[in-house]
Amino acid sequence: MENKIDFDRIERRAAVRKRTFQTVDYVLLTLWALLVLFPFYWMLLTSIKSYGSYNAEYIPKFYTLAPTLQNYADAFTTVPLGRYFLNTIIYTLVTTGLMMVVIIPAAFAFARLDFPGRQLAFTLFLSLMMIPNELVIITNFVTITNLGLRNTYTGLILPSVTSVFYIYLLKENFEQIPDELYRAAQVDGTTDLKYLLRVMLPISKPTLVTIAILKIIECWNSYVWPRLITDDQNYFLVSNGIQEIRENGFGRENIPAMMAAVVVISVPLIVLFLIFHKKVMAGVSRGGTKG
Amino acid sequence: MKKRSMKGWLYLLPAILFLGCFMVYPLIDVLIYSFEEGYNSASQTYYGIGLYNYRYVLRDPYFLQALRNTFILVIITVPLSTGIALLISLGLHAIKPLRNPYQTIYFLPYVTNTLAVGLVFMILFKKTAYTDGLVNLLLQWFGGSSVDFIDGPYWAKMFVLCFYTIWVVMPFKVLILTSALASVNPEYYSAAKMDATSKSRVFFKITLPMISPMIFYLVITGFIGAFKAYSDAVALFGTDLNAAGMNTIVGYVYDMLYGNSGGYPSFASAAALILFAIVLTITCVNLLISKKHVHY
Amino acid sequence: MKVVLQHLTKRFPSRTKKGDDVIAVNDFNFEIPSGKLIGLLGPSGCGKSTTLNLICGLEAPTEGSILFGEDDVTRLPPENRGVGLVFQNYALYPHLTVLDNILFPLQNLRGADKLTKPQMMEKAMQAAKLVQIDELLERKPSELSGGQQQRVAIARALVKMPRVLLLDEPLSNLDARLRLQTREEIRRIQQETGITTIFVTHDQDEAMSISDMIVVMKAGVMQQMGQPQDVYDDPINLFVATFLGTPPINVFDGRVRGGMLYVGDDPVMAVGGVADQQVSVGIRPEGFNLDPQGSFRTHLVRVEVMGRDTSVVSTHPASRNPFVRSIIRADNQVDRTKETVCFSLMPNKVFLFDAQTEARIPFTWEAQK
Repeated sequence: MENKIDFDRIERRAAVRKRTFQTVDYVLLTLWALLVLFPFYWMLLTSIKSYGSYNAEYIPKFYTLAPTLQNYADAFTTVPLGRYFLNTIIYTLVTTGLMMVVIIPAAFAFARLDFPGRQLAFTLFLSLMMIPNELVIITNFVTITNLGLRNTYTGLILPSVTSVFYIYLLKENFEQIPDELYRAAQVDGTTDLKYLLRVMLPISKPTLVTIAILKIIECWNSYVWPRLITDDQNYFLVSNGIQEIRENGFGRENIPAMMAAVVVISVPLIVLFLIFHKKVMAGVSRGGTKG
Repeated sequence: MKKRSMKGWLYLLPAILFLGCFMVYPLIDVLIYSFEEGYNSASQTYYGIGLYNYRYVLRDPYFLQALRNTFILVIITVPLSTGIALLISLGLHAIKPLRNPYQTIYFLPYVTNTLAVGLVFMILFKKTAYTDGLVNLLLQWFGGSSVDFIDGPYWAKMFVLCFYTIWVVMPFKVLILTSALASVNPEYYSAAKMDATSKSRVFFKITLPMISPMIFYLVITGFIGAFKAYSDAVALFGTDLNAAGMNTIVGYVYDMLYGNSGGYPSFASAAALILFAIVLTITCVNLLISKKHVHY
Repeated sequence: MKVVLQHLTKRFPSRTKKGDDVIAVNDFNFEIPSGKLIGLLGPSGCGKSTTLNLICGLEAPTEGSILFGEDDVTRLPPENRGVGLVFQNYALYPHLTVLDNILFPLQNLRGADKLTKPQMMEKAMQAAKLVQIDELLERKPSELSGGQQQRVAIARALVKMPRVLLLDEPLSNLDARLRLQTREEIRRIQQETGITTIFVTHDQDEAMSISDMIVVMKAGVMQQMGQPQDVYDDPINLFVATFLGTPPINVFDGRVRGGMLYVGDDPVMAVGGVADQQVSVGIRPEGFNLDPQGSFRTHLVRVEVMGRDTSVVSTHPASRNPFVRSIIRADNQVDRTKETVCFSLMPNKVFLFDAQTEARIPFTWEAQK
């Protein structure tokens, strides 16, 4: 009997400890979540405060009773935000599309085709993965300038088209498709190209979608290259646009309008992410890096 | 057979063309640039070959400032962000309900435009004629005195930069560590439980060694990423980083290339190669250490 | 250490919201005598692993209690129960050497139980010697074969001298040859240490060959417990009869009328004390005697010679399985030219089961001269 009482105490103490730990854990996790979400909340909130009320608040309020959409109207009319937006969409879609056209055959060649020098070529490709962008961007800048391609879509897009990393990712995926399928297709007289299009691409669709999404995120947020290569507002992407707005737009202190612009350029990716969050996170954890 | 061998290269052709033009050629070219003294981009002429560019860059106070900023940033943010990410991932791993929503929230900064959200951080920290900014008000509320984090003293600016950098890199690290934790076979924990292993011993003897490869991976990529810091600083302090005294090595490279102080691709190349050498050295050191300490 | 399970029940909430709870273990009552090797046997998904997890404390029972000797350990956390568990996949820590793996449980001891380093080493060496891996102490688990990993896992479970040793499917990850060897090894280790040992398996051969007692389970319900030979000779129901024995028992549709057992239309054997009814008839493969006058006639398909024995494969219209398999001594010649083989039956190898409940129906027979 004595034993039993002892167990009760052990059990109760363990339960208390567990509950305390869980509570502390949840509190900390929630704090971090708030820290992550707060800037988003603040930009939304500020973007619907009117210019007057924002500047009248010495102590900023955490809510607003008179929301206005005027700032959004300003964002699109006072500065060419629509233009930036359109540029970014064109840049993102064309770059991503072109990249797919380039990397799919390359990954296919490495994964399935047999040709002399394949191993060497692949090793060279892999070693290119270590080259930081900062190193090659200097010459690319000079090249594009000399070709007279500054302030053109072509100049923006061309250097961003290939990614060794995505070729590698796709090749790994292609190699998981059983060899027998390829042999069977060869026996049936299917050409390589047909096999790639009809069999491999449909099977690898999840990976292709992941790669596309990662590339879209990368393009949408790219700043350095567009900044170097464009000084004509007509070709600005959203990142450059936001920097331009910060430095010259709206008259220095129209922060609500600035925040409206920030909301507008952030929303598309957040929506894309919320739709595909599982795919994006799985893709990134398989080896995406930022920057 | 011959036809097939041609075919493989044919499929590779577009990739080779693009990579050749925009990666391999630039790589060689940047080396050449860095040794061409007094290169003039307008006339495309130079008057000598040598180490002058490197010497100039290493003596340029702006570069030294950038070097210092970058090193401080790296030394503060890499260990701190990895440590906090480990804590958060452990916390996340210990709960069941709400784990997925929290994970999704934590990942949000990864998909947002660094420049755009940087603006939000700027207004939160900035002190203007109209308002001290939210962070300063909080400081005052806790009894501190307000300080301009954006245009104020150096340490304040560095603090914001580090803070924002950590906020930006956290999603990736948390994601990697949570998936590393989730991939540890739960049988190990059951086995440890059977043997009355204490919580701290489970962490140091089982969890940590099991996820150590991923931690080292994060440290290595963290170093590389932090050394290349640039757009975070631009987002907070504007494009003229030299004036703000907050330039980074990458920022210096771009400033040398283009903009008000631009037009010197040779100096830019030399600076980029110095950066590359630093990153390469640190990565090698990291790899050596990880070889010794990562167990399998 | 005696292990007693009383009304042990484990329910898992259903995965879907509307479904019923899943009952993994339903009202278990049995007592495992001290120092014995017990085989927990059943098809996969029958709740045997859950039973093991309940005994070691990784899961808490919904109802009922578990006693080690006189101690009620039902609500005791696993670390305080003093059990050793060998996992199906061994769960050896991959980053630690064999020695460190074995030392691991000892290094956890605190307070009065704390050991000095030499004491730990001594115990670890003892355990390593017992399972014969003292040559491999500096290796990492990944450098060991499956059988060696198994031994390390057993050593790690034994090193702290548990009151009860539990093995989850200990042989399932080994190849056929190693399996035979390792099961002898488990038997030897158990006998040397005298620790009450419970192991889970779906392989009846394994359980029969080394256990002192077996417990047969089906769908969370204990069917029968006893010494292997007793259970084999005296199965309580059709499930136990079919689950034990290789080749498996032959099952026929039959009926009893006027004290005579009919399989198909043929009267095959007199059975005493059974009311007229439909029955399921189980006949062990070794229960057939070649007998030209025998009343049990099957249609010959082929004869397989296996050296010591001969296996006669035939068909019978009332058989539940496509083939009837009977094993006779090799010196009995089967006339392969004939289409029909005649057998007489050994009454002690014939079991009758209720056609609906599948429960065993006892019958009496007159001893043959």
